[in-house]
Parts: sequence; structure tokens; C-alpha cells
Amino acid sequence: MRLPFKITFWKVVLVIIWILGIIAAVIRFTKGLGASTNLSDQFPWGLWIGFDILCGVGLAAGGFTIAAIIYVFHIKRFYPILRPTILTAFLGYLLVIFALLFDLGQPWRIWHLLIYWNPHSVLFEVGWCVMLYTTVLALEFSPIIFESLGWGTPKKWVGKVIIPLVIAGVILSTLHQSSLGSLYLIMPEKLYPFWYSSIIPFLFFLSAVAVGCAMVIFESHLSYRAFGHRLRMDLLADLGRVMLVTLVVYAILKIQDFSGRGVWSNIFINRSETYLFWLEAIIGIIAPIVLLAIKRVRLSERGLYYASIFTIAGFLLNRLNIAVTGMEASAGVSYFPSWMEISITLAIVATGFFVFSLAVRYLPIFEHAESDSKPAKTITNSKEVPIIKSR
Amino acid sequence: MTKPKALLIDVTKCIGCMACYYACKEANKLPETEKVEEDLSATNYTVVKETDGVFYRKLCMHCNEPTCASVCPVKAFEKTPEGPVIYHDKKCIGCRYCIQACPFDVPAYEWKSNKPLVKKCTMCAQRQKEGKITACAEACPTGATYFGDREELLAEARKRIQENPGQYINHIYGEKEVGGTSVLIISSIPFEKFGFRADLIEKPLSDLTWEIMSKIPNYVVVSGVFLYGIYWIINRRMELSEYNKSKNRDSSEDKN
Repeated sequence: MRLPFKITFWKVVLVIIWILGIIAAVIRFTKGLGASTNLSDQFPWGLWIGFDILCGVGLAAGGFTIAAIIYVFHIKRFYPILRPTILTAFLGYLLVIFALLFDLGQPWRIWHLLIYWNPHSVLFEVGWCVMLYTTVLALEFSPIIFESLGWGTPKKWVGKVIIPLVIAGVILSTLHQSSLGSLYLIMPEKLYPFWYSSIIPFLFFLSAVAVGCAMVIFESHLSYRAFGHRLRMDLLADLGRVMLVTLVVYAILKIQDFSGRGVWSNIFINRSETYLFWLEAIIGIIAPIVLLAIKRVRLSERGLYYASIFTIAGFLLNRLNIAVTGMEASAGVSYFPSWMEISITLAIVATGFFVFSLAVRYLPIFEHAESDSKPAKTITNSKEVPIIKSR
Repeated sequence: MTKPKALLIDVTKCIGCMACYYACKEANKLPETEKVEEDLSATNYTVVKETDGVFYRKLCMHCNEPTCASVCPVKAFEKTPEGPVIYHDKKCIGCRYCIQACPFDVPAYEWKSNKPLVKKCTMCAQRQKEGKITACAEACPTGATYFGDREELLAEARKRIQENPGQYINHIYGEKEVGGTSVLIISSIPFEKFGFRADLIEKPLSDLTWEIMSKIPNYVVVSGVFLYGIYWIINRRMELSEYNKSKNRDSSEDKN
């Protein structure tokens, strides 16, 4: 008998990850958080908050950046990378919400956010922004579905409100991307001085913009390798420039912040925080700035790809340093996630990759872009709103 | 009007008899454990511990501007005018931000439960409603834990420190920490020795986030107008250049 699909290495890996994830999920929901995680009263937030939420939301930041570039600033030549970016963002936010259901003690009460308001709470704001922005993303994504179904009318409706939608998306994103950092503003005595800062919301926002661009570059390369989609180096190199500027501003703010709070004297103390901070700074800031600053590297496929990988790795390290490394000293305990926490996180990430590849295969994500980028008509006609344009 | 109540804990009077610990268990119907619990937990709201021969207590400080109440996204914590910070368990979604943010590391989670809730000292809010004092203060044989009006207790604490300068360090823990608390502690040795944070700021921690949060409505309006403005201006300029181009084209066609 022949199987209807081919067994490949990655499919086997995917299935193993899913099986482990499902086992872990069953334990999580039958035995509770205590049995499934290494969390405790001393360390109540772990991998799921640090990675699934803080990293997940940041990695999806490309969505609002590219949408703003195209619709608000009218730089329409970026249009070919709009759809894959919106797809990533939408998928990213759905996965973040899904992941949150594992972390919340009583996820069936998540709707309480809608009725019990606490405008003083940063988490209340983040919750609402994520909720509203996911709705915005769903609407921004919907034309792709309508198009593949051949529904012209609803697609036109979305096209009519696309500008307010994008603007709302930008406002909501700037708010919650920075607010994920503000979550820590209230813990000056807990978060290690390398990371606690009164400007942490700005640092979170800037790093989100940088990593959002890095993700677009990274994904474009993956899709290029996996599906042979055309690599728009002209556009990606420009994103590389945006990344460079953002990272430089970030570095300057960080240096000023360190001087202002007198943290410099701590940077060579022999502690694990110091090593992880340096790793973060070298991988996430110094390396990508150096790579991107060299024009030849920035314009090369491989150089740009590596710069984006460095930025993403540095970003992940930064968020995990804040959520885990920076909290350990004050908590008085060390934390390492259990295999169940890791399995569920991996399963969620794997699901992201899987759904992305399905969407790319069955929906007009890249093909649309390629047919569009040849003639120049979308660029010159300013009246036209590209997302509603039919193929 | 009810005056805010408080607890004054004078560690110099504590003999480590554990009466408060057991009274608390009983009043809150907490399960008895074989061994005495060493730390606050979901089944234990107070501990009595010893450092350098001095006994001290740990319990919820019942802040005047509670961090837990500020961070909770669903308002599950509430500071009552009488003093206690109470928890509305029906609202709680289990995000555990309160546990993460509390500067005194007080709230505890029911990690073993499948419908977990946050647990902490209630300052016997229920007993207070019935006109009684907290179980721990009632049980204390030496008056080391003393219940009363916050203002009066502050005056009493100051008096004790002034009258016995050798016996106390000159600091009432909880008078100013994070905006003041309803539990006041005076001690013969520095509070750091008990593991209490000495680096707490004097304004409420919630001020740190409110500085940002309070600007959000303005930010939304201003950036909305700004972004739409950018869109409109660029759009207009592109339309105009489009128009000029076509006009130039027309005029050049006319010449031909």
C-alpha cells in the first residue's frame, strides 16, 4: 500500500514533537501546573511567559511594521512581502493566545478580561491590545482567504477600511510591544540591573521592530529554500537598513541607560548574569550592527540572512534573560523548565511552522506577490489599495 | 467612618511560641501539616522564624497601595478602607502576576490544584467584619502582634523607639515602604537580617507603571491623528504629482 504522503525527516521530527507535546498537555490539564512545570511561588513565571509570550509577540512584530511602511508611508514596493508577513503575524498571535491557555491557572476564565477591568494593570492593557490586534490581523489576513474562495464583495469591504485598520494595528502594536516591557517596571527590586530600567518599554518596542524585520528576512530565506519563492533582495536589504538604524538607536539608549543608572561597574562581575548579558549584547546588538553596517554584507543574501539570525537569537536571549536570568537572583532559586514545559513550547513552535507551510502552499501568499511585482502598475497608481486587488 | 486598622509587630516582644501560627491555621481553616511550615504557602499564611536569637513574623503586609491590586488584570485584589487587602477568588484567571510582582513575596499559588487560586493572609477581614481582631493578634500572649488603628499604632511604635533608643533600631518597617502598609514592624536588629527588602522605594510601586499607563489615552489619540496625517499628506502629494504628470502629458500632446 502506498501512503498518500511522503515520509521525510522533518515530518518524523514534527510528529515526535507533537506526541510529546500532547502527552505534556494531558499532564498539564489533569495534574495541574505544579506537576507539569518547574514553577513555584518563588518563580511563578517561566518558559511559557518568557518564550511563548514575550518572544512570540515580539517575533510577530513584522506585521505592523510592514503594514505601516506600505499603507501609511505609501512605500508600495514592499507589497510583495506584505502577505507572508501578515500571515506570520496572524499565526504568531494565534499561537501566543493558544500558549497562554497552558500558562493561565484557570484558562477557562480568560474572558474575565472583557468584564473585569483594571486600567492600572499593564497586563490588562496587554490583554486587550493582543485581543484587538489579533482581530485587526484577522481582518488584514481575510482578503487572502476571500481571494482564494473567489469572494469579491467582502474583499472589497475590507479594502475600504484597510487604512484605519492598519493605523489601529500600529497603535495597538506600539502599545503592547512596549507594554510587555512595562510589565517589569513595577519590579525594580526584583529584576537584575542589567535589564531593569525605566526605559524598558522603549527598549522592548525598538527590539520588537528590529526582530520583526529580521523575521521577514529569515522567513523569506526559508521560503526561498523550501519552495523556491523569489528572494526580493532589493526589499530585504532595505529592511536590513531599518534593522540597522533600530539596533543603533537601541544600543545608544542602552548605553545612556547604563550610564544614568551607574551599571557600568557591574559589567565585569563574575556572575552568570554578566555572561548571559554579554552573550546577548554580542549576538543581538554588536554582531548584527557590524554585519549590517558593511554595505557589501547587507546587500549579500548570506550576510543579510546571518544578520537576521543573530538579531533573532539575541532577541530571544534578551527576553529570556529578562524573564528568567534577571529574576533568579531576587527569587533566590534557579529555574530551568521541565521537559513538559519545553515539549509544549516546542509543539507550539512546530505547529507554527507547519501551518505556515500549509498556508503558503494552499493560499495566494507568495504567488500573488510574484505576479504583482512584475508590472509596475500597482506602484504608480496611488489610488489603488493593493490588498484588495485581484490577481 | 472606619479608621484603617493595622497590626504592630514588635519583634523584641516575640517569644517564638507559635500561637499566631496555629491560630491563623485555625481561623483560616488551613490544613495542619506534620512539620511546621517554614515558608508562606497556599496552606500557610504566616510564619514565625528566628535570626540571631530574634523571632520575627512574616505575613501579608496589606499595603496601602497594593502592588498585587495594581497588576491584577481582572481586579481580583482590593484594598478595603478598613485595611485588609482581600482577594476575589471568583475573578482570578491565574496569570500569577501578583505573585511575580509582590515586593514582599507574599501571595502563594495552589500549584497542586487543577483549579488553582492565589492564597494569602486576609488580615482576618471576615473576623474584622464581625467586630473581632485578627486571630494572630488575639492569640499572641505577649502583645508582640498587636491590633489597632494604624495612626495610633504608628504613634505607639514611635514612642517605643524614642523611649528605648538602645533597644530598637530607628525604623518602622511598613510606615513608608512602597507607600506604607497595614503591617508595621519594629525591631532590635536591621530588617535585612530577616530577609526583608531594605531597598524598597517610598512611593507606591504602582506609581511606576501608572506614569506610563496614564498616558495611553493621549497616546492613542495623538498617534492616531499623526499616522492618519502622514497617510493623508503622502497620499495627497502622490495624487498631485500624478495629476501634474497627466496634465503635462496632455499639454505636450496638444503641442503635437
